[in-house]
Amino acid sequence: MRFLKKTYVFLIFAFLYAPILVLIVFSFNESKSRANWEGFTLKWYYELFKDRHIMSALYYTLLIAVLSSAIATLIGIIASIGIFHMKKVPQGVVLNLNYIPILNPDIVTGISLMVLFIFMKMNLGFVTMLLAHITFNIPYVILSILPKLKQMNKHLYEAALDLGATPAEAFRKVILPEIMPGVITGFLLAFTLSLDDFVISFFTTGSGVTNLSIVIFGMARRGISPKINALSTLMFVSVLILLIIVNIRMSKDNPERRARIERSKENSRYLPDIGHDI
Amino acid sequence: MKRQWLASPYIVWMVIFIVVPMLLILFYSITEQTEDGLQLTAEHFRRFIDPIYINVLIRSLALALACTAICLLLGYPMAAILASREYSRKKIMYMLIVLPMWMNFLLRTYAWLTLLERNGVINTVLSILGLPSLDILYTNEAVVLGMVYNFLPFMILPIYSVLSKIDRSVIEAAQDLGGNNITVFRRVVFPLSLPGVISGITMVFMPAVTTFVISRLLGGGQFTLIGNLIEQQFLSSGDWGFGSALSVIMMLMILISMGIMNKYEQENGGGALW
Amino acid sequence: MREVRKTAAIFLTLVMIFSLAACGGGGGSQKSTTSITVFNWGDYIDESVLTDFEKEYGIKVNYDYFSTNEEMYVKLKSGGTDYDVLFPSDYMIARLIKEDMLHKIDMNNIPNFEHIDDKFKNLNYDPNNEYSVPYMWGTVGIAYNTTMVDEPVDSWDILWDPKYENNILMLDSQRDSIAVALKKLGYSLNSRNEAELEQAKQELIRQKPLVLSYVGDEVKDKMVGGEAALAVVFSGEVTAIRWENEDIDYVIPKEGSNLWFDAMVIPKTSQNKEAAEKFINFLTDPEIALRNAEYVGYSIPNTTAIAMLDEEVRNDEVAYPDLDSLDNCEVFEDVSDIIEIYNRIWDEVKAAQ
Repeated sequence: MRFLKKTYVFLIFAFLYAPILVLIVFSFNESKSRANWEGFTLKWYYELFKDRHIMSALYYTLLIAVLSSAIATLIGIIASIGIFHMKKVPQGVVLNLNYIPILNPDIVTGISLMVLFIFMKMNLGFVTMLLAHITFNIPYVILSILPKLKQMNKHLYEAALDLGATPAEAFRKVILPEIMPGVITGFLLAFTLSLDDFVISFFTTGSGVTNLSIVIFGMARRGISPKINALSTLMFVSVLILLIIVNIRMSKDNPERRARIERSKENSRYLPDIGHDI
Repeated sequence: MKRQWLASPYIVWMVIFIVVPMLLILFYSITEQTEDGLQLTAEHFRRFIDPIYINVLIRSLALALACTAICLLLGYPMAAILASREYSRKKIMYMLIVLPMWMNFLLRTYAWLTLLERNGVINTVLSILGLPSLDILYTNEAVVLGMVYNFLPFMILPIYSVLSKIDRSVIEAAQDLGGNNITVFRRVVFPLSLPGVISGITMVFMPAVTTFVISRLLGGGQFTLIGNLIEQQFLSSGDWGFGSALSVIMMLMILISMGIMNKYEQENGGGALW
Repeated sequence: MREVRKTAAIFLTLVMIFSLAACGGGGGSQKSTTSITVFNWGDYIDESVLTDFEKEYGIKVNYDYFSTNEEMYVKLKSGGTDYDVLFPSDYMIARLIKEDMLHKIDMNNIPNFEHIDDKFKNLNYDPNNEYSVPYMWGTVGIAYNTTMVDEPVDSWDILWDPKYENNILMLDSQRDSIAVALKKLGYSLNSRNEAELEQAKQELIRQKPLVLSYVGDEVKDKMVGGEAALAVVFSGEVTAIRWENEDIDYVIPKEGSNLWFDAMVIPKTSQNKEAAEKFINFLTDPEIALRNAEYVGYSIPNTTAIAMLDEEVRNDEVAYPDLDSLDNCEVFEDVSDIIEIYNRIWDEVKAAQ
């Protein structure tokens, strides 16, 4: 039984990892053709860095991820506080609207935004892609911050005001620290979603502004290219390093915080996956 | 100052970027541009009733269901085994399941494109072993395979997290009361894990039924899924009316599935989806 | 709590740095220099040419690609773009001219136009040659792998032969695929007869179970890798395929086929016509045209550049056939007035089981 279990676990992991490993191995293959090993080379990596599309896509991917998650976090913080203090009925309406981008299939979100931008006579490109990313990021930020507001002692803010703090001071010194973990979770979540997005970007960009996912899609549609393998290897390694760092940081932290991050990470993986990975 | 007003910038944002786009899609789906201006029409929805398009819808549902079923069959045992292991290894296992999800999903799909080719790695290995070749690239099977590969972790994780929270003593009690392993699983463990199963099913089925990328790369240039049909209308035929009607249908499909899932969940008194 | 704040501080700093870098990098340079946006077919240019153009003229090139004329048209027509140079084919140019979507090109700004062979000037799609400068040309035919196909290939019928089930690649492009069916049936590929078109649709649906995939640019890679025996291709692909796989042969079926021309045009969306003309002139320069021809493998209409090509390439019947010998080939005409029929047929073929 134990052996059976082990074999099963092994097979599932083999299924999950073998394709990635094959990609990685063949990124070092001299030959362009698929299954034959013809010697070790790094030339595909060299070509990868020479490719103007990939480099500009990398630049836009990072830029949009940083800007959209920062702006979404900012809007999200303010909106969360507002939503938290709303009356029940309007609050329900707003929260339901907030769920739309999460529940809606990506292709519908992407297309509806494309239609909107064209309707508003905007040029599809960097700005529209950024607006689209902010739009699908904010809901996740709000959903990460709201629970923190609920946990907070309601009277802290009033107490601060009574003690002579201005509303701005009270916000900065009382509310913000309390909701900070939610803010960070929301920011990171928005950042990863933006980095990984394909479908929505695909429909809302134009004029040569692309992100990595779009470039990969374009390349994959033109057949097999060892350059994509090289890119996969680099991305896999970065993700691996990132996860290890997060993990080491977590095991250094105190248990309470660790549990909290664990929980938020869990949520963070669950939330996007309904709509936003594909 | 009333603090609820702080939400107003975002409400404006939502109206512009969430509500208006939806209304536009709805608008395009029920109007058409004719010589005497804009007119209301049901033509776009009527066009969809054609057996050819209904077939695409059925195929989408069938492939997504197949993918969900396979994920459940493969994922449940995996989640159960992981949940039963001791802590230190468990953490690594958990990480190993999360890791592929962090890879760009286009790359994950692309990997299968290279593996499944007629002269690809799988067939080369098979022929070295003297086995018959696997010729499934650009078929429905390849699309399902690609979906299972992409979405399997979404099935394993929620089930795993529910299973690992089940109180051991409940199971022990059931065993003490004379239940054999199968009965204990059927009557105790499985019902308790149902919330995880349901959220797993949701998280696999929804993206599977709406994807167009996996079917585009692994299914060849045909319209395997409804998503491909939508993409074609907006990017190649330029028929926004029909494309919008298809989008509305897809939204309805998702709403209905969510409704069914939520109902199940409430009946079983499980935890929240989120 | 302090640690949380520290993390937040780090993030904010990161955000600032990135935004600053962004302004200094992309944003800034775009303002100080002009830029043009080029919309071309995938794999249709030697990209180092773009870099050279940028260096020579100080004009930044944003480059985007499409895979069918229809895709390009829809993108342009929907709006929301600011393309400066496009590379459509003959019938699409005719449509764009008809719909008043193109700028006239000032040929005084294209001195290199003199290198273009007269055969490629003033063609039907642009009778007075006011809107377009030819870029590449070729035919459509069947590429086949001689190790996988024993019989002689001379007819479109072979693409309906059950022997080659799952060994056939068709083009994922409505005009081209419908043309194949029309020609097989002995009709004109510019047919406007609904009954003929309906018959073509039935043929394509009948053929579908045999087709491995409807492909675009990946046809090259697939044929090189021996993934299929037969493929409908543009003649230019054959040259590129043969660089890597010599077993590939090409034939223009006896029923006739399509002769096509791709040319550079400036759409009305262009914000910078002058720079666009510079770019077109640059690509028409014999040295540059030669580089592109040697990189993508397609046939160029540039007499001066052709003279510099390898003799073997120049005399290749596939790449540079005698135009007069192609009398069974037709050039596509614009059929946009009945485009709904074409769209519907193609949708139904692709949606069929």
